[in-house]
Amino acid sequence: MNANIGFACIRNGMAIPRRDIPELPFADFRARVVEAVASGGRLACLFGDPASTLSSGADAMSLYAVIADSVRAQIHVGTTRLTSDRFPSLTPDCHPAHLFEREIAEQYGLRPEGHPWLKPVRFHASYRPGHDAWDRPEGTTPIVGVMDYYRVEGEEIHEVAVGPIHAGVIEPGHFRFQCHGEQVFHLEISLGYQHRGAERTLVGGPNKRTLHTIETVAGDTSIGNATAYCLAVEALTGAQVSARAQALCGIALELERLANHTGDLGALANDVAFLPTASFCGRLRGDFLNLSALLCGNRFGRGMIRPGGVGFDLDDARKAQFLDKLAGAYRDVTVAVDLLWDSASVQARFENTGAVSLDDCRAIGMVGPAARACGMECDIRQDFPWGIFRFKQIPISTSESGDVFARAFVRWLEIGRSVDFIRSLLSEFPDGPVRAEVGKLRPNHLAVALVEGWRGELCHVALTDDQGRFARYKMVDSSFHNWNGLMLALRDQQISDFPLCNKSFNLSYCGHDL
Amino acid sequence: METFVLNTLHMVVALTLPPLLLGVIGKTKALFAGRVGPPLLQPYWDLIKLFQKGSVFSTTTTWVFKAGPVVALVTGVLALLLVPLGNAHGPVSFTGDLILLAYLFGLSRFFTASAAMDTGSPFEGMGAAREVTYACLAEPAFFLGLLVLAKLSGSLDLAGMLGSHVADNWPKQGASLALVVLSWFIVLLVENCRVPFDDPNTHLELTMIHEVMVLDHSGPAFGMILYGAALKLFAFAALIVHLAVPLATGNPFLDWPVFITGTLAVAVVIGVVESTMARLPLPYIPILLAAACLLSAFGIILLVR
Repeated sequence: MNANIGFACIRNGMAIPRRDIPELPFADFRARVVEAVASGGRLACLFGDPASTLSSGADAMSLYAVIADSVRAQIHVGTTRLTSDRFPSLTPDCHPAHLFEREIAEQYGLRPEGHPWLKPVRFHASYRPGHDAWDRPEGTTPIVGVMDYYRVEGEEIHEVAVGPIHAGVIEPGHFRFQCHGEQVFHLEISLGYQHRGAERTLVGGPNKRTLHTIETVAGDTSIGNATAYCLAVEALTGAQVSARAQALCGIALELERLANHTGDLGALANDVAFLPTASFCGRLRGDFLNLSALLCGNRFGRGMIRPGGVGFDLDDARKAQFLDKLAGAYRDVTVAVDLLWDSASVQARFENTGAVSLDDCRAIGMVGPAARACGMECDIRQDFPWGIFRFKQIPISTSESGDVFARAFVRWLEIGRSVDFIRSLLSEFPDGPVRAEVGKLRPNHLAVALVEGWRGELCHVALTDDQGRFARYKMVDSSFHNWNGLMLALRDQQISDFPLCNKSFNLSYCGHDL
Repeated sequence: METFVLNTLHMVVALTLPPLLLGVIGKTKALFAGRVGPPLLQPYWDLIKLFQKGSVFSTTTTWVFKAGPVVALVTGVLALLLVPLGNAHGPVSFTGDLILLAYLFGLSRFFTASAAMDTGSPFEGMGAAREVTYACLAEPAFFLGLLVLAKLSGSLDLAGMLGSHVADNWPKQGASLALVVLSWFIVLLVENCRVPFDDPNTHLELTMIHEVMVLDHSGPAFGMILYGAALKLFAFAALIVHLAVPLATGNPFLDWPVFITGTLAVAVVIGVVESTMARLPLPYIPILLAAACLLSAFGIILLVR
């Protein structure tokens, strides 16, 4: 894509004054987003914002687009003012906008005209009373999951509905399959059961609760989301984080990846009834979580990442203990996962199951290990490095086939590379303080933070008001991009392979529902 | 008098031993997973627990739903009346009882599948469809194996077919018998819903075959299903032991311990298979069942060449 698309251009973890973001007429805005995405840019975020702080009209709405150019590590931010509650949809010309536009429609009652699949996302009432994209009467509370599902008609077609309550202890989500015998023609996923209103809680912050809310937006991505939040806050305050703190942040983030990837490989083995790896990895995930606990006292890394640095230092005695336990856990994981690759019966299940093509993957804007498994070279740690990743690189792990095997294999590659990364960081561990003072947030600024969580790209966009408080805090979990990938993966597959495909993506329900 | 004692012994073993096989499978799997695992007698405690509970019956179901577990249990008991255990023939034995045995299992499957369809749940309908599809392919493999034995023994009752002639025929027709053992072991795995055909431990409804059909059963009804399944597993294990360990000295104090050890060994083998293999993709299952049919068919070809 072009280096200049007429938007404001910043880097990851930077803030700019809101007045420096060019406000374009809608037609112009739409054309530039479509053009940028068509020529290789990534739509990282598209969101609506009640523009009251900057304009006279209290009811005016702005749209913001954040486009990531991974070739130049640039982030383009543009905005437009909407004059009515309807606007021509971007989705027909820019597929990644699909879910963002549904979200905008639901939150602010702005109807993207010509949207091919305009359905609620999280089933809540509009944030702007009196404005509803579906013209539902004011005061009605939508019931989660109640909408028109796509249907395939025919004598031999049957519909299978799964969830929202599942057989295992997992999060709620509703899945509708249109099947012909064992073959799935179409899968539709309806979420929203976990909607807690996280984004709205953050408005008016930061306060004492803010960081804790961020850490619990998705419990398994506590460190990832906290890292993105702190990156945004550091950008808005101009805080300088010491090298030691950056290294510790990187270690914490990679530990989260190690624990979750290990757990996922075990869960994949469990879904194909391959006992040894399933039981070993279940325990080993705990070992990696315990390493997080050794770092900061919490297995999920809560309290570790703080604005301006980290909450806990790693002294030499604990460093030695840490490295020792890391070596033990990695050795055991290697043995357990090698069993997986060495079993023909496991490979027969993994290969050619739930494949997503590279074209589809690009078209819908998938991220993270699921996208890398399709052969897409995208990794925020490489493309938009922040913190310690600017000084120490992790190679991008990719595969080609886009199937369950590829998604499992990418995870395994990343486990090895994360362990190498942590070891090499600790071998030349910088000295210094671990936490810097953080001042007040700059008023009327916008900051973008991109972080490669273990599931993929996490995008946080913070807008401050005149007083330096959050006027809008937008979070995009990697799952938001990837749920559509799961739908595509199931096309023409056996319905009995759904649990396996689902596990190979292992997407977050609460991260999506916010 | 002696017949009465042996028949009593037969029924006591047939009714009490089967859940132990499940316990042995569980322990074997736990060993492979590096765990302690549930106690050997856990399946018995589970059954006692279930029979003390109440049952919930959906208002949309009819008598068919309740008949499912009862038929599953009754057919299991009847099947064990026919199958020879230890060194003695079963309490009931007549020419052609092998056909009754095969179709007792068929009857049980028919009612379990009907009970599943009776709930109207899409999952259970899916499970019923899978179960009967694979049963269609497992049945010929079982019958072809019986054909080998009928040819070898010249007899048409189970006691004759699985009796002393097996030991005599191993040196002469060992290849045929080995093929039948292998084929029947595959039939045992599919009929009893074990890995690699089905995963008895999974909680994922969409992948289940047998388990999904009994999701709506609870309490004593579910207990009957579990107990009936254990009886069926025991019946198949007994058939295989008779073929693979054809020790018939005529001395009950030797034959019974050898037989019981043999069935437990079958459980260990099942446990080992489950610990070292992943499940097959559903479309591959018919291929493996066709292979089981072919194994038995080759057994016949070797006999008639």
